[in-house]
Amino acid sequence: MRQAVKLRFAAPIAVFALLFGFLAYRLFLVQQGFTPDLIPSVLINKQAPQFALSPLFANEPGFRTTDLKGKVTVVNFFASWCVPCREEHNYLSKIAKVPGIEVVGIAYKDRPQDASMWLAELGDPYKTVAVDPEGKTGIDFGVYGVPESYLIDKRGIIRFKQTGPLTPDVIDQRLIPLANRLNRS
Amino acid sequence: MIAEIGLFALILALFVAAVQSSVPLIGAARGDSAWMSVDRPAALALFGLVGLSFGALMWLHVTSDFSVLNVVENSAVSKPMLYKVAGVWGNHEGSMMLWTFILVLYGLAVSLFGRALPPGLRARALAVQGMIAFAFILFILLTSNPFTRVNPAPPDGNGLNPVLQDPGLSFHPPFLYLGYVGFSMAFSFAIAALIEGRVDAAWARWVRPWTLVAWCALTLGVAMGMWWSYYTLGWGGYWAWDPVENASLMPWLAGTALLHSAIVAEKRDTLKSWTIFLAIITFSLSLLGTFLVRSGILTSVHSFANDPRRGLFILILLATFTGGSLTLYAVRAPALKGGTIFSPISREGGLLINNILLSTAAGTVLLGTLYPLFADALGLGKVSVGPPYYNLVIAPLAIALFLVMAIGSLMSWKRGNLKGALRKLRAAAAAAAVTFILTLVIAGLSARSLWASLGLGLAVWLLAGTLVEWAGRVGLFQRPLAETLRKALRVPRSAYGMTISHLGLAIVLIGIIGSTAWRTEYLDVMRPGDTASIAGYEVKFIRVDDGVQGPNYVATRGLFTVAKDDRLVAELHPERRTFTAPEQTLSNVAIHSSVGGDIYAVLSDPSEGGYIVRIYHNPVVPWLFLGAILMVLGGGVSLTDRRHRIGAPLRGLGVSLRPRPVATPGAAVPAE
Amino acid sequence: MRRLTFAAGLAGCLALASPAFAVRPDERLADPKLEARAHAIGQELRCLVCQNESIEDSDAGLAHDLRILVRQRLVAGDGDAQVKQYIVARYGTYVLLKPPLTAETYALWFGPLVILLVAIALASIVYRRRARPANDVKPLSAVERRRLKALLDQPRAEEA
Repeated sequence: MRQAVKLRFAAPIAVFALLFGFLAYRLFLVQQGFTPDLIPSVLINKQAPQFALSPLFANEPGFRTTDLKGKVTVVNFFASWCVPCREEHNYLSKIAKVPGIEVVGIAYKDRPQDASMWLAELGDPYKTVAVDPEGKTGIDFGVYGVPESYLIDKRGIIRFKQTGPLTPDVIDQRLIPLANRLNRS
Repeated sequence: MIAEIGLFALILALFVAAVQSSVPLIGAARGDSAWMSVDRPAALALFGLVGLSFGALMWLHVTSDFSVLNVVENSAVSKPMLYKVAGVWGNHEGSMMLWTFILVLYGLAVSLFGRALPPGLRARALAVQGMIAFAFILFILLTSNPFTRVNPAPPDGNGLNPVLQDPGLSFHPPFLYLGYVGFSMAFSFAIAALIEGRVDAAWARWVRPWTLVAWCALTLGVAMGMWWSYYTLGWGGYWAWDPVENASLMPWLAGTALLHSAIVAEKRDTLKSWTIFLAIITFSLSLLGTFLVRSGILTSVHSFANDPRRGLFILILLATFTGGSLTLYAVRAPALKGGTIFSPISREGGLLINNILLSTAAGTVLLGTLYPLFADALGLGKVSVGPPYYNLVIAPLAIALFLVMAIGSLMSWKRGNLKGALRKLRAAAAAAAVTFILTLVIAGLSARSLWASLGLGLAVWLLAGTLVEWAGRVGLFQRPLAETLRKALRVPRSAYGMTISHLGLAIVLIGIIGSTAWRTEYLDVMRPGDTASIAGYEVKFIRVDDGVQGPNYVATRGLFTVAKDDRLVAELHPERRTFTAPEQTLSNVAIHSSVGGDIYAVLSDPSEGGYIVRIYHNPVVPWLFLGAILMVLGGGVSLTDRRHRIGAPLRGLGVSLRPRPVATPGAAVPAE
Repeated sequence: MRRLTFAAGLAGCLALASPAFAVRPDERLADPKLEARAHAIGQELRCLVCQNESIEDSDAGLAHDLRILVRQRLVAGDGDAQVKQYIVARYGTYVLLKPPLTAETYALWFGPLVILLVAIALASIVYRRRARPANDVKPLSAVERRRLKALLDQPRAEEA
């Protein structure tokens, strides 16, 4: 019985030790960039949603779900009003240069003239650019901000999502290796 | 120059805090009264230095000294003076300075009013206060220095977020901090008692007033936050179970439990280790709240600085104080002598149930707040916990609490008469049942009205039950009126405090139920001349005035008249204010309050030749805030009870509360 | 450190929060019953931009889009649960303000009860332990028993 008594007094510090360890771990995660407002995609390893979007430039065909088949694609949601999109824009051409990866841009809730002026100013790394003026396709993809990018394999299955701008680290260490793996299979 | 003085004073304060943390503590261990008596002058000096530093920061803000980074980031020339002052604590660095200033203010209070405290207890308690002060000053100096200069000094600053430029919000943080930091006093006294190895009625007598002050301040602070949310954010809501709001609720719940537990410890010399534990937990929850808000591990609209480096420092602070105190508790609490026994059906029993329910509520809020992080880390998926969860889970605890409150206050110490109490409460039960049925009949049968009726019935139960208790005390309707009046004057103030605060809580519940269950909304585009019908009122849009000039904004002001039964009741002037520094447009809500509820009007975007207008009727919402004020008033009345006067010896009993110093082996017994 | 600066960041949420446009008149459905359902569903859905508000209360663009989507699905004939499922299929259970009762959330939903039971258990253990000193009492001797009986048999004084 003496043991149970001691346990009662020692329990709080034990619980606190667990709590402390856990909070320290969460803090470490935040430092790594895993902020609490990041929501993981529920579409990983699932078929990309059905969509059929009009092109931004008149001389191009539109972009639809069937276009994803047969190649590895990076679908990048961007907007001219989005400041972080400027940061990642330079890195997109790097991805586009990798053989076997196509980079497609979707102008999310943007006016076509604004989007095309933005691309004229910053350069156009995309194979084709489509427009999603009301964000409907964005919702189907689970987009909740821009920029967001999806890596989709040859069968149209989403394999990776980047919430926020693509950084060189993520591109070199995760995106491109995964894309190469998907190409080989 | 002023900034450097402020910084230097703070550095000096660090050294004084180091002295205050160590010398009196060693002195108390050795029984050396010379060393122990360093505590009061140290606390005085600490207050002087931190006060100087805080004053310097305030001076810099008030004079708009843009050579200091903190002023540049948060102030602007055009900012009204009230917000120049309040803006001192409207940012992370300044708010930490306020925290520390209030901490040393409490230390000063102990120093001035605690002359009659047993020297060993006071020395140890002030030493612990010193340690907390040391930790926070170090935190400010290392991670959150408000005195850093910027070169070259810009001509104007960034200004304060217009949402924060509000009189109610300006005073919300000071009251909150008076609460959070106030609980550090109970904490320090608890640690001192654990070190000393003794918790007696005298200790509880010292702790209770400090806890009351902290509790009153925190209640007021939380209520002000709710009030500000209500009239600023534009949809008439006042509580969203946001992590930062929860961070203030948790210490409040634990603090309420502590308050009640201290009563038992003082009067009946029992529940002592509960009281010590609650004192540790309440302050730890304050610290935890500070951590959650400033570390960036939780998303919140309210959060200040999301800097993991600062978060790490606070976490270490938390580990030191909470971990240290809980370890001390684990080691020393078992040795505390057990208290007197009591029947489970008794006032002590009721207060114990109160403890259990409030602690469970605090634990539940903590669980809900941290669970998303748990689940995420353990790979259980990304779960979100929102208001529906909290409302569902807290409801049964609140119901149990309200039920027990009315019964418990009728119980006598040691062994209570449950049947007798329930018999006395028959009237209250009847009133509650009538309320329940009437509400259901008037509101119609639905899930929502069922909950609302239950809630109102519960509130009336507590209201009537509290009045029954007071009536019993004064013999209302049982004795001649003159005798009742005489008795009423002799009822101790702490009993009146209880009565007033419990009534306040019942009224708060009525306000919450009314405003959530039966709120109505009118939303449409209105042009001048249009009339809206809501809750029996006619609200007519008269006109709009553009270009109304404010101190740092330009406003479009609307004019609405509110009429009921063709009689003019009020004029409302909702505005849309466009600020320049920083660029932002805000709507200013116009509210007409009455006992029955509020008419609440918001002027939104222009549209289709008119404006989008949102009008709410929030029934009985003023009761919520009035009830909160009543709760604080009750606490204040309790504080004025003569028995709580700190330092008042029990002259009547011929007993001095200064125990003889205990002779520790090897130490010289100090001459008194 | 990778900084996620979305175009409508958290700071933006505080700024957006005040004018509280939230539901706009043109979003509302004509049928009041459907609109009431839409409102109730919306209050249970978290805005993912201003993450501490429901989509009914948030001014973010995404909240507006989702409000319209909820209403469109209702008009198309979906039940309440179906509408929520539609959104969960795209954004995950995080979008629900009321956590679902699944194996992952047992600890969350039953936690409070567990905490309560633990507190009650602790309190009763302590209480029972304190009442034990009665065991030290020795039984009465024969002499004492006779004295006790004599005392108890005395005629009682009148009840006060």
